[in-house]
Amino acid sequence: MDRVLFGDNQFFGVNHMSEEKARAQAMRFQDLQAVIDVLDAAYREGIRTFMCTTHDRVAEICEHFRAHREKYPDYRFYPCMPYAHKYANAVTEYGMIDALRRFLPDEGALGAMMKGGVALAAKDVRAIIGLLVDAEMKMFQGLSTPVIFVQNVITDLLLGLGMHDALRFFAEHVRERYDAEPGFITMNTPRLLDALDAQGIDNPIVCSNINRLGFRMCGGIEAYEHAIATRRFRPVAMSVLASGAISPREAIEYVCAQPKIESIVFGASSAGNIRQTKQLIDQLSVAG
Amino acid sequence: MIRIAMVGLGKMGLSHHAIVNAHPGVKVVAACDSSGYLTDVLARHTGLKCHAELKPMLAQEQLDAVVVSTPSRLHASMVEKAIARGLHVFCEKPFVLDVRDGERLVSQVEQRRLVNQVGYHYRFVGAYQEAARVVASGALGTVHHVRAEAYGPVVLRPKGSTWRTAKNEGGGALYDYACHAVDLVNYLVGPPAAVGGVALNRVFSRDVEDEVYCSLYFPGGATGQLAVNWSDESFRKMSTKVTVWGSNGRVSADRQECQIYLREPHPQLPGVERGWTVRYTTDLTPPVWFYLRGEEYSAQIDYFVKSIEQGRLDGQNTFRSALQADRIVSMILAQAQGAPAPASATARASEPAGARGILARLFG
Repeated sequence: MDRVLFGDNQFFGVNHMSEEKARAQAMRFQDLQAVIDVLDAAYREGIRTFMCTTHDRVAEICEHFRAHREKYPDYRFYPCMPYAHKYANAVTEYGMIDALRRFLPDEGALGAMMKGGVALAAKDVRAIIGLLVDAEMKMFQGLSTPVIFVQNVITDLLLGLGMHDALRFFAEHVRERYDAEPGFITMNTPRLLDALDAQGIDNPIVCSNINRLGFRMCGGIEAYEHAIATRRFRPVAMSVLASGAISPREAIEYVCAQPKIESIVFGASSAGNIRQTKQLIDQLSVAG
Repeated sequence: MIRIAMVGLGKMGLSHHAIVNAHPGVKVVAACDSSGYLTDVLARHTGLKCHAELKPMLAQEQLDAVVVSTPSRLHASMVEKAIARGLHVFCEKPFVLDVRDGERLVSQVEQRRLVNQVGYHYRFVGAYQEAARVVASGALGTVHHVRAEAYGPVVLRPKGSTWRTAKNEGGGALYDYACHAVDLVNYLVGPPAAVGGVALNRVFSRDVEDEVYCSLYFPGGATGQLAVNWSDESFRKMSTKVTVWGSNGRVSADRQECQIYLREPHPQLPGVERGWTVRYTTDLTPPVWFYLRGEEYSAQIDYFVKSIEQGRLDGQNTFRSALQADRIVSMILAQAQGAPAPASATARASEPAGARGILARLFG
């Protein structure tokens, strides 16, 4: 994994501090070109990985990168699935099982259709997870996706329910079908590491909030620091700026001072902010 | 170790189950749900003991408390069964559809001295708590107006087949969205004495309202407005905002931030200066031991557990408090029934053809 990954919250109206700011961003990035311009600015700073949710609009971004391969020969996507609100809204509208049905393949080959139906009827969780992953991965066809993440709302739901084997089913499917490394986004890293260990998932990629404030680091900042220092996993730090609550230099100093953090994901909307953050990470990573 | 059973494993039930199950002071002993599908999967993959019905579960299991997250029309009878067994109860919102049921349940839990809580999770969001603190301090002067708004993208097409879109089961934007906004009004300034100018509009739904608008009249003369629309696609998810105006300023809160404007500083609110003060979730949110969808969902469960441990009966979101929201909802319904039947806001689009697909027909 690269040291710096580019995130996508800013493109889809996600901001943990302000709904007004989130809406202003949603307006600005309604135009695909505005999104591409920012990704291009990040590319010029040497950022080659886009870590993005499987929001419907990411399909348009993928289309652009497929159409301009020559311009981005070394570009990689790290899909994060699913875009949870899509599922949550469908569950409210259709109920749990009907919603699930709607996300399983219902087009194309009769075989795929039957596979979905049979998996559902047999309550075959492993097969259902495989089919759901495949449905989300469709938009990335032909693009490089060396790491595939499951979003924290799913990781942590399975973690809380104690349905830990489902995390392994995800990992196995992603490895076998996409030759990709599975990644797990979570708000509960220490607890998740125990569950992944018990499932025999060795040295997992785990992406979670890591910031000096301890914001959304469940189990506490000390438990995180201890886990990073002592446990075998590949940490990816997100929300390092705690949505802007900490100054960039302080924020990145803290993350870079932690041993073993492989990658830092951040999102930004202006070329200036991208350059500043990227340079800070490069500079403080060398120093650390 | 507190022994809890989950009653209902729908969207909220599963989410509560994950949070309760992760709580160090609790053991989830069993769950019940009428969907054999889900209970089979959970039993097979997590070892959870599952029942199809409530009665046998209550009879067979050794329990201290239940978490009830069934469709709203089932709350009253299920909560009553749990109380009869002497169990502490956490119930999803809205508490009850019939205020008389609620009054009976309030007197039962209070008589039996059982912990009782309803899932109005916004009262556990830092920004709303801060707004409540500002209002309670008196720093706003004489409060004269309140506005509570809730918007989101739940029903966006003329379709839908769950209890949430069935009128007599507690479906519709009034029970699903508006009661949250109403509860926030009750939390911040106390319940209104009357409602008026009620509009329950349909946008896409056939049987239930998608929009709720009304005026609120408070005992001291203050007024308020409620504006709710669950068919607004411009919102990514449910967004709830409450604003209180007083003679010395205003406070406005949503899930992310609390904005305060004071004309003059107030001794009861030290540290808040003249003009704007903005406080963010990041600063206002105490950490939780386990995070699933927002700190507030975990915080309310932890609060319930602590209430049981400490014997706290007069805490946040008691049945008595939640029944205040149900009372306002029933006042809104009564007003609406006196008014002409809701007109359709848009011409009904025809059913999308084949929306459920062949799969659904094969296995539906």
